[in-house]
Amino acid sequence: MKALKKIIQNLDPKFEKGGKWEKMYPLYETLSTFLFTPKHVTKRGAHIRDGVDLKRTMFMVVLAMIPALLFGIYNTGHWHYELQSYLNPEQYGAYSDYLTGFGDKVLYGVLQVLPLVIVSYGVGLAIEFIFGFVRGHGLHEGFLVSGMLIPLIMPADVPLWMVGVATAFAVVIGKEVFGGTGMNIVNIALTARAFLFFAYPTAMSGDKVWKSGTTDVIAENGGTLPDGASGATALGDIASFVGDSPVVAGETLSASASSAELLQKFEGAYDPLHAIIGMIPGSVGETSMIAIGLGALLLLYTGVASWRIILSFFAGGFVFGLLMNLMGANAYMDMPAYYHLIIGGFAFGAVFMATDPVTASQTQYGKLWYGFLGGGLAVLIRVLNPAYPEGVMLAILFMNIMAPLIDHYVVQANISRRKKRFKTA
Amino acid sequence: MSKTVRLKKGLDIKLLGEADQVTVTAKMPTMVALKPSDFHGLVPKVVLKEGEKVKRGEVVFYDKYNKDVKFVSPVTGTISEILRGEKRRILEIRILVAATDEAIQLNPVDPSSISREEVKSTMLANGLWPFVKQRPLDKIADPSVTPKSIFISAFDSSPLAPDYDFILHGQDQFFQHGLNALAKLTDGKVNITLNGKGSPDECFKNAKNVEINKIVGKHPAGNVGTQIHHFDPIDKGEFVFTLNPQDVVTIGKFFAEGQFDASRIVALTGSEVEESARKYYKTIIGARVDSIIDSSLTNNNVRVVSGNALTGEAIGQEGFLGFYDAHITVLPEGDDYKFFLTEGWLAPGFDKYSSHRLYPTWLMPNKKQRLDTNLNGEVRGFVVTGEMEKVLPFDILPMQLIKAIMVNDIDAMEQLGIYEIAPEDFALCEYVCTSKIAIQEKIREGLDVIEEECM
Repeated sequence: MKALKKIIQNLDPKFEKGGKWEKMYPLYETLSTFLFTPKHVTKRGAHIRDGVDLKRTMFMVVLAMIPALLFGIYNTGHWHYELQSYLNPEQYGAYSDYLTGFGDKVLYGVLQVLPLVIVSYGVGLAIEFIFGFVRGHGLHEGFLVSGMLIPLIMPADVPLWMVGVATAFAVVIGKEVFGGTGMNIVNIALTARAFLFFAYPTAMSGDKVWKSGTTDVIAENGGTLPDGASGATALGDIASFVGDSPVVAGETLSASASSAELLQKFEGAYDPLHAIIGMIPGSVGETSMIAIGLGALLLLYTGVASWRIILSFFAGGFVFGLLMNLMGANAYMDMPAYYHLIIGGFAFGAVFMATDPVTASQTQYGKLWYGFLGGGLAVLIRVLNPAYPEGVMLAILFMNIMAPLIDHYVVQANISRRKKRFKTA
Repeated sequence: MSKTVRLKKGLDIKLLGEADQVTVTAKMPTMVALKPSDFHGLVPKVVLKEGEKVKRGEVVFYDKYNKDVKFVSPVTGTISEILRGEKRRILEIRILVAATDEAIQLNPVDPSSISREEVKSTMLANGLWPFVKQRPLDKIADPSVTPKSIFISAFDSSPLAPDYDFILHGQDQFFQHGLNALAKLTDGKVNITLNGKGSPDECFKNAKNVEINKIVGKHPAGNVGTQIHHFDPIDKGEFVFTLNPQDVVTIGKFFAEGQFDASRIVALTGSEVEESARKYYKTIIGARVDSIIDSSLTNNNVRVVSGNALTGEAIGQEGFLGFYDAHITVLPEGDDYKFFLTEGWLAPGFDKYSSHRLYPTWLMPNKKQRLDTNLNGEVRGFVVTGEMEKVLPFDILPMQLIKAIMVNDIDAMEQLGIYEIAPEDFALCEYVCTSKIAIQEKIREGLDVIEEECM
């Protein structure tokens, strides 16, 4: 260690302004500050500083996503082999059980998910470095989080080039044009997802992307899924209840069926317990409430994520779910409100996306409104506009835009409260 | 009516190296200095030349833009050097201390019996006025304004702070005399704010001619800024004067005895001072600190700070005590690399104090820490929100105010409360900032803009 320290000590001046390798400073700074907290000391003002820095804060968020990533890897593997079990019942019949074929499922999941992670980090960090060189600073830590978020909110089958393009778009247009880490207006990872969602909708929605390898299975089976198999998610199915041909798990139901009948079928197919554990198809990291919950505990315990946002986001979703129940105009509206919180990307969005401090409201009261309206809006979009079965992404992006407005009112309230002190005195 | 305010926000940083409550007389310093940099925005006009003799209480320089405000020598001696920096700005006026002390002697006068103008002119002419600071702007008070009130904090809540109850014990008479003089300066009240947690000294409790309030809470509860905010907030166009309690004694002593007594009691604190030397020292304003520190440092890689660890000024081992300071803090210098797994950003961090829960030390809030001056990270843009709000017991939105200052939005600065604050009130915000932004400096920049544009 001492030797390494000595090397850094000798190298430092060479990369400083006027040094021999001055131009490579951004790259050097990134690597050296990763290894060693630099010897920078305070100059004026507070002579002592808190031990925390952005590296540790951001690392904690990445750490919080690890359970979701690990679970996502397994889940991807499971749903792949679940489809195979219909196609090759002799070979894979037993794999429809969640825990059978553990090794195969993990292996498949790793091979499917890891490339997503690598592409996301690779493309994103490369672009960040380019901007770092232009601006003369090392890598800022923000992308460490975005780079992990992006693969977790993609369907596992999304082509790698799409991930690359979307990441590039998000980093350049979503962040660097505004000035880099801390300056962006909307969440980077959601920008990447929204880009793909609108540019390549077939890769991001429908009922052929949520189980890895669905298209291959369809091709092998002569154009349709094998009998009994389904590629849909709970969100896709419940959205179909609004249209003329309600579907549950691949089975088309009569359009004249009552809401109660439809919902009974739906709840039969999508056990809430499965949704909580995460044994449902979906984007890589979004399915398991337990894995996300572990991350949430870490973020709340360390205070990195705002409890105000997480709590109010769930509250908003639940309250608006209840409002929908009251209206009750169709089967979707009648879906028990708690379902909204456990299916799709709701929990993942609440814990990892809405809490991004840069794009969320920055005032303490603002955070409550921001979360509540975000959760509510997610449910509204889901129920009232079934063309977008997953409302969470759009709701959070919209609230990112609205956050400064919310803060504006909180600040104005502070200003008028402060003024009032002098009037009464 | 006495009021008690309880604060929920704030942060007590517990550092190693508190001073024992023992007073010893420090060696008479061989040299003292007056530092114009102790007074923000001051441009000094020096009256004496290098080599000239000066008596205790004799005018050394005055404020170029406010000629009535005089600064006097704390000792008898010879002007040995006028140290200049960039653009010939005066940094220090050094005075070699003479063996025999000779003071300028005036007739004692009871401040209660004379008019406001007489009190003011006495204080201005005899170097007492610089002890009076004003809000807004946190600088020497403008003698042409009449403040709506005067605030004196009876305690300091900063890390390793000196205990004013101990320092002022037995000075009741001079303290009261000083209060009587100050009472003449305002149409409002002289406010003393006591620490609601402790048992204040008699000289505070029995003070007359004043309003006594209490405040309970963590740092910055002891800052006058916090106290003004909660007891008598400042609107645009209003002024409040503030003083340190020990300086009130100096003022009182002048009126009672007719001469400028620059002696003061200073706490020597910090983890790098040998335990036996962590005491209170009787010395004088502007003393060269080697007369106090002597050879009591545990090692040489230290930072000697005149004042506390959050707001003080680094002066070096042979620097001079600040004009307003009753406190010396010696911190370990943190100019070494920290490997990320053992001491750096990914280490378990049992030796790192953090108000954030990202380090386990928040579980041991009473453990006294040996903190060094390392920045503990690199400077970044604002990312984390909500951290400053936890340590600022003001109804002020810190992040929004700082951003208003950064973009030079004067209207927003005014509306968000810049008239009420001083850099020291934001010292904790600077301490906790994950992005390591120099917040006190920003606040000062904002105040400078306000002074130029709005005052």
